[in-house]
Amino acid sequence: MSSSDFLAILPMLIIAGWTMVILLVDLFIPRERKGITALLSAIGLLAALVVVILQFGEERVAFGGMIIADGYASFLQLVFIISGLIGIALAYDYIRRQGIERGEYYTILPFSVTGMMLMAQAGDLIVIFLALELLSIPLYVLAGFARPKPESEESAMKYFLLGAFASSFVVYGIALVYGATQTTNLDAILTTLQAGQAEGTLLLIGAGLILVGLGFKVAAVPFHMWTPDVYQGAPSAVTAFMAVGAKAGGFAGLLRVFLAAFPELAADWMPVVVWIAALTMTWGNIAAIAQTNIKRMLAYSSIAHAGYILMALPAAGKTELAPEAVSGALFYLMAYTITNLGAWAVVLALEKKEGKGLEIEDYAGLGARRPLLAIMMTIFMLSLTGIPPTVGFVGKFYVFRAVIASDLIGLALVGVITSLISAFYYLRVVVMMYMRPGEPETRSEFWLNFSVGLAALATLVLGLLPGPLFEIAGNAHMVLLP
Amino acid sequence: MNIPTTYLLALSGVMFTLGVLGVLIRRNTIVIFMSIELMLNSANLAFISFARQFSELPGQVFVFFVIAVAAAEVAVGLALIVTIFKTRHSIDIDQINKLRG
Repeated sequence: MSSSDFLAILPMLIIAGWTMVILLVDLFIPRERKGITALLSAIGLLAALVVVILQFGEERVAFGGMIIADGYASFLQLVFIISGLIGIALAYDYIRRQGIERGEYYTILPFSVTGMMLMAQAGDLIVIFLALELLSIPLYVLAGFARPKPESEESAMKYFLLGAFASSFVVYGIALVYGATQTTNLDAILTTLQAGQAEGTLLLIGAGLILVGLGFKVAAVPFHMWTPDVYQGAPSAVTAFMAVGAKAGGFAGLLRVFLAAFPELAADWMPVVVWIAALTMTWGNIAAIAQTNIKRMLAYSSIAHAGYILMALPAAGKTELAPEAVSGALFYLMAYTITNLGAWAVVLALEKKEGKGLEIEDYAGLGARRPLLAIMMTIFMLSLTGIPPTVGFVGKFYVFRAVIASDLIGLALVGVITSLISAFYYLRVVVMMYMRPGEPETRSEFWLNFSVGLAALATLVLGLLPGPLFEIAGNAHMVLLP
Repeated sequence: MNIPTTYLLALSGVMFTLGVLGVLIRRNTIVIFMSIELMLNSANLAFISFARQFSELPGQVFVFFVIAVAAAEVAVGLALIVTIFKTRHSIDIDQINKLRG
């Protein structure tokens, strides 16, 4: 252990250490001034953001291979910190007006961010497991944050039971992989596989169980059942954070494990993942059509988007194509994060007490009442559909390009067709906002408007000028990629 | 006495399967939760049997990580169960169904 080891995990140390301090400081902050805690918490995340940017792309292997700092990790850490910051900005007004303002919100959320960041840097299956739990356990608490509201409690319970169920699959999978290869280090697993010294059956079952467990986390069909209920029941600010952060965290682990440790098994897992991705896109988009509640609709939409991101995994199965597919996935994750946070922020602006204002019909008349908000919601919906000139289109373009480059034409076709289907329900929101009369009550608060505006701006700017971001994503290599 | 690793693995597989079945079949939240713990412990058993077979330490160390994390999960899980019991006076999973799906 050297000082360079600690340099590799510096952003996480900052957040974790600072958050523990806030946990204590929060005790002395009076109930009606919890905004201070929010500010303090945001400062910690901002400090970590600065460090991540300063260290961007530096490649380090720390703690004997447990931690891998590389461009891939840096890029994902950016995604996580941004979603954490927006998660705090969205919650600032929301939890106060919902009457659930407790300082713990601002300390639990950064812990979850730490878990996600650890996931991006994991170089060992032990770390993958720890990171998975560190990102999940705070989210279980956050999902139930609106207690004693029964919906929120139920959401937390379902998330907890299925999340714990999924992590036990991951642990058992790791145990079998350990048995097959005699190591839990991703790099060493790769070496063992290349030398052909692994116990085949155990290894395949283990890898399959890990895939199932992480599939739960990213909400891929058929492991998605929890998503709509949990997203609907959790406080919306938490859902916004969960929909982007937890999903990106799951993908960070999934891509790392399968591309750094199991590329030798690609012939075995590729067909499986292709099917999962195709099913996820199809079912997510079709089920979203039937929804009348905007939170459930966005939940199914997030399932569908998991399918699009998952397409990048089989596309990366051939090692020479892996860098392109990974950077496509990274770009897509960033695009999805920005757009989705924006869309959820609009949902928050319309939500009233007691879960009112969450039906899609409640959006009627928004175009006349709050023209700017409606325009931004339109931008987000177009971006989620994948219509230019938004960042969602560029993201889809890069992922599809990688998928076609690896000859998975059928998968790309499913992706394009399901994108067309998705236009139906995204544009229904737009039609509702402009074509139907209505008097929606909206909330206008600085941090909320700030988040919506920032997300809309980023969606458009990155859609028109995707070059720089794509270059960053393109250089964000995984250090272990052979 | 030397028990072959296969036996231990078979036992851990049976434990894991029982855990999965318990989660899927039982309706009491605490029993479901216990089934999940059973699954985690089956993984622990697999870890230590492999560690014994290879005569090395990392597998055993992993078990400590799993135990520690499982304890954290218990803390959150039981707190949730207690909260739900306070509002609904029941921890039957079938009655926790306000949300469709």
